[in-house]
Amino acid sequence: MKGNGEVPRIGVYVCDCGTNIAGKVRVAEVVEFARDLPGVVVAREYKYMCSDPGQDLIKRDIQEYNLNRIVVASCSPLLHEHTFRKATAEGGLNPYLVHHVNIREDVSWVHEDSDEATRKAKAIVHGAVLRVAWQKPLEPQSVPVRDSALVVGGGIAGISAALTLAEAGKQVYLVEREPTIGGHMAKFDKTFPTLDCAACILTPKMTAVKDHPNITLITYAEVEEVDGYVGNFKVKVRKKPRYVHEDRCVGCLECIEACVFKEPRFPNEFDLGLSKRKPVYIPFPQAVPPVVTIDPDTCLYLRFGKCKKTCVEACGDRNAIDFDMKPETLELEVGTIILATGFKTFDPTRTPKYGYGRFPEVYTSLEIERLVNSSGPTGGEVVMRNGQKPKRVGIIHCVGSRDKNTNPWCSKVCCMYSLKLAHLIHERSGAEVYNFYIDMRTPGKGYEEFYNRLAKEGVHLIRGRVAEVTDAPLHPEEEGKLIIRVEDTNIGVVRRIPVDMVVLAVGLEPQPDADEVRRLFNISCSTEGWFLERHPKLAPVETFTDGVFVAGACQGPKDIPETVAQAQAAAANALALMDKGSVEMEPNVARVNEELCSGCHICIGLCPYGAISFNEEKKVAEVNEVLCKGCGTCTAACPSGALSQNLFSDHEVFSEIMGVLL
Amino acid sequence: MSGYAYYPGCSLLGTGKSYDESVRAVFEALGVPLQELENWNCCGATAYSSIDECTAFALAARNLALAHRRGDPILAPCPNCYLVLTKTQRYLEQYPEIRQRIVQTLERLGLNLGHDVPIRHPLQVLSETPGLEAIRQKIQKPLKGLRVAPYYGCLLARPYPIVEDPWNTTILEDFIRVTGAEVVPYAYRTRCCGGALTGVVREAGLRMVYILLREALRQGAQAVVTTCPLCQFNLEAFQDQALRKNGIQERIPVLYFTQLLGLALGLPPKKLGLHRHLIPFQPQRKALQEAVA
Amino acid sequence: MEIQRTIKYEAELDRQFAYEIAQSPGAETLFECIQCGACSAACPVSIYMDLTPRRVIAMTREGFKHEVLSSLTIWLCSSCYACTVECPVGIKVTDVMYALKQRAIKEGYGPRKVLTRLLAQSFFQAVKEDGRATERKVMLRLYRRAGLDHLIRMAPLGLKLWRTGRLSAFGTERIKNPAEVRTLLECLEEQEGGKSP
Ligand SMILES: Cc1cc2nc3c(=O)[nH]c(=O)nc-3n(C[C@H](O)[C@H](O)[C@H](O)COP(=O)(O)OP(=O)(O)OC[C@H]3O[C@@H](n4cnc5c(N)ncnc54)[C@H](O)[C@@H]3O)c2cc1C
Ligand code: SF4
Ligand code: SF4
Repeated sequence: MKGNGEVPRIGVYVCDCGTNIAGKVRVAEVVEFARDLPGVVVAREYKYMCSDPGQDLIKRDIQEYNLNRIVVASCSPLLHEHTFRKATAEGGLNPYLVHHVNIREDVSWVHEDSDEATRKAKAIVHGAVLRVAWQKPLEPQSVPVRDSALVVGGGIAGISAALTLAEAGKQVYLVEREPTIGGHMAKFDKTFPTLDCAACILTPKMTAVKDHPNITLITYAEVEEVDGYVGNFKVKVRKKPRYVHEDRCVGCLECIEACVFKEPRFPNEFDLGLSKRKPVYIPFPQAVPPVVTIDPDTCLYLRFGKCKKTCVEACGDRNAIDFDMKPETLELEVGTIILATGFKTFDPTRTPKYGYGRFPEVYTSLEIERLVNSSGPTGGEVVMRNGQKPKRVGIIHCVGSRDKNTNPWCSKVCCMYSLKLAHLIHERSGAEVYNFYIDMRTPGKGYEEFYNRLAKEGVHLIRGRVAEVTDAPLHPEEEGKLIIRVEDTNIGVVRRIPVDMVVLAVGLEPQPDADEVRRLFNISCSTEGWFLERHPKLAPVETFTDGVFVAGACQGPKDIPETVAQAQAAAANALALMDKGSVEMEPNVARVNEELCSGCHICIGLCPYGAISFNEEKKVAEVNEVLCKGCGTCTAACPSGALSQNLFSDHEVFSEIMGVLL
Repeated sequence: MSGYAYYPGCSLLGTGKSYDESVRAVFEALGVPLQELENWNCCGATAYSSIDECTAFALAARNLALAHRRGDPILAPCPNCYLVLTKTQRYLEQYPEIRQRIVQTLERLGLNLGHDVPIRHPLQVLSETPGLEAIRQKIQKPLKGLRVAPYYGCLLARPYPIVEDPWNTTILEDFIRVTGAEVVPYAYRTRCCGGALTGVVREAGLRMVYILLREALRQGAQAVVTTCPLCQFNLEAFQDQALRKNGIQERIPVLYFTQLLGLALGLPPKKLGLHRHLIPFQPQRKALQEAVA
Repeated sequence: MEIQRTIKYEAELDRQFAYEIAQSPGAETLFECIQCGACSAACPVSIYMDLTPRRVIAMTREGFKHEVLSSLTIWLCSSCYACTVECPVGIKVTDVMYALKQRAIKEGYGPRKVLTRLLAQSFFQAVKEDGRATERKVMLRLYRRAGLDHLIRMAPLGLKLWRTGRLSAFGTERIKNPAEVRTLLECLEEQEGGKSP
């Protein structure tokens, strides 16, 4: 391999990116400029450097001009650095002798003025040329990837990903924070657009998770700590005490029957408070694992230390109940991680104009999902709190969506689920249903057809954002009703529509703890708080942290078909990594110059990854290259200048700055 | 600091006279000092914005500058003034070019605009000094049994609400309760009374007045309590026409919250300007008559 | 039956108009309107408007200048800000209404029947003269301009108010040096190149 210490012979390649760059930056001028820079042997413009012919250009020039350094000025290195490293290597040069700079996102896309943009592109290329001369050949480290995966979140996304991985023979740990898996989907009766029964398609999958020999299901638990790196993550999981041994409970539910509370008294979280449960409960009959949980906040014994403990009696020889159970911490070692923590629904008390919490007959869509559910609190009957069937129901779309005052984004699934609910409400109660929408968004296979079906069924589709739900009548027919005030924008007239029941189609939001979870796994979030994928089109399930993938609604609003597709894609990506067996690590690690190190220990405490230790024999600091993430903290802190970092040596950094400023 | 820079605004010199009287009386009784802002001018109201927003801002800005010179927070009982002054202050921060022009013009008059003269409404002020608890201690004649509809009007609730969460606030209700009166649920507490429409587009104005009054009567209110001279005027002066048109015989007095408070504090009705009302406030119940007598 | 041709040719629209209105404070997000109608539904006066506020926004940004400036809507707006706080994209619809009113006055639009415009002008004059607006003076001026029948209609109420001391019969509220306010206003008008109505 070439490239050691000789006089630099640099090739510079400036990309047009179609018109993406060339539309703003005068590329030919940049090339002319580069040609005269020290060490530059050849400089070229090309339409698409990332294409095969573009890459071939580099390979050919290395041979022909005997190049030993390469500069590519094009798009973001996040996208194509590896492409050009590969091309450089194929041309016969060490891949770390190429430097890739960004004149698209950093220049042509953000500048209005052509002159300015061209000037900036030149400066960036200048910096790159001066820097690349100092770059050294490096060899990447290869580390093995463990054959096991962690899936966080047991909604339909987590379930699908776990099953795909397990089927491929990988060991999977599925961590769910609630007592049961199933996520939001477990709450639904039917799913759009086909109206197939949610339980019929979900419960078999939930059971499959429980029964799969390759899946370890850890419910009522949360990830507490994550350490390590791609292929070798160390994860600590904290399991809350359920006060019931999962392996001993047979799900007979006799303890619930026997509880000293004769009647269920406490709001059942799974039914969003629409039904009641006892301190010992099971969220719903098909819960997985099919075992009971004892809630320490309402259990008399756990709160006050005093109770007849009739539940323990009922459990008898099975001995599953254990009031002494303590939180448990499990340590797992996995090669890959899939995050599938889902979403939360918008809290409509933030839009008080719709009267949620003020008027009892205003419900959220999720509450209605429970009402129409045949295993829900009313056995699938749509009734008001007074037990009567509503005659008229209004469904308000976009509550907490498409609104700068709450959430500006479109939640994507609400139009479709509102149509679904319109159908189910009408079917169950015979009520006349009004849907109030801003725009009807039903793209998707079979979705427009579903919309047509609802229109045919006679649901009133009124285009307008509702301003207010009030109980103050202006007309005899409005007495005792909730009145919805809206502009029927198709007609251009303001209408008041009295209804018995109002359903708020609440939008999807990131989980409230999304930011903590993101930090835990060292990934990024969009400004809204959704987990950020590596590339919106081309890497939709990868993240900026190698080995960590995202799936489902935690990455952005999506429906079940999309969620499952993404979950299986995430599983496939994780599989590819695990089956390959090893990964190459970026060699941008810190190194200690033992001659200069004074053994002051400063770096050891500062390293956020615990990668530096002290060699007592030599009395110098030592970097564990596998743990080092190349963050640069130690290099900047070392008072003796003993630490330097590959790809970011002082020479490299300072010459680049100089080039940019010159 | 010589107390609040009291900014009555034009309405309080005319149709809203009794608001002016009752604000002064109540502040005096509660020992909160206020002194009229010397030589204030009209804030510009809504009408000015219809002509030219720059001159509208200039009118309001002169008052802000006067208060800035005096160094006291502005006390604006009229929500319209409260809004215009607040909006001017916000917009001049937001739009530096407009600010520049106004500042230069004011300088010619020897005035300095300043940045952050506090602009406050009596509801805000009294709820802090002396505070509801202290006021409760001073109540002499609780208005027991009186059922009151609390009516904020538009501009204290939006777009620059005097309290953080206008939907869930109970600041006016709290004052009513302190007087011993009872609050009826009032869905329209921030719905528009029609503003100047009663004077210019009669039919629309009357309908808006009717909607507000009807709901108050439906809830069994015996009085509507307002915080705004225009609301008070519309609901009172046009009540007869609005209700007659819709075949309603009942009439309902419309008071300022300061008048209600003043009565409960034991101030004489005349000092609170109650004699100026077109629909007399005659509390029906015996207990009430005693209280007010 | 009379029929009417309602087609609009592009040549009849005033594209510039939309950009000019979007310049006024509060109207910056005019082009982001999603036509949801929340403004119209929140508006307590929209039931009387010929164009709902939503349509005013749509027509403004498409350059239907003539229709918008001659609409009743802008004169019916009671400045209650109900629309402004509802708008999901942050258009201060009330401010747009103001901008349209200003424009209409400047260009001589404004239906005769609607007194709102006259009220604004009477008010403007009074403040310019005295620094304060004496209600009686504004009203008298308004109804004088509007016609005798208006004045007669308002007389009984005026009398009642006068009797209760809420309408000063003769005096005019004036600040000590009304000239100061006049100077203030004239300075600005000069800068604008004299655009008082
Ligand atoms: C009212 C309503 C009706 C809908 N109807 C339909 C429909 O008919 N058809 C359709 O296709 N889509 C529908 N959807 C959309 C559907 O709910 C989502 O597409 C789907 O639930 C997304 O699945 P998920 O697994 O990504 O997230 P979720 O279902 O939210 O599951 C996430 C899981 O992760 C767990 N979790 C969260 N954080 C952690 C953590 N830190 N540690 C451990 N576990 C955690 C949660 O407890 C939960 O079990 C509807 C949505 C709503 C709101
Ligand atoms: S509320 Fe805003 S977005 Fe909706 S129609 Fe009105 S101006 Fe447009
Ligand atoms: S400010 Fe004007 S347009 Fe807006 S809601 Fe009030 S009256 Fe209607």
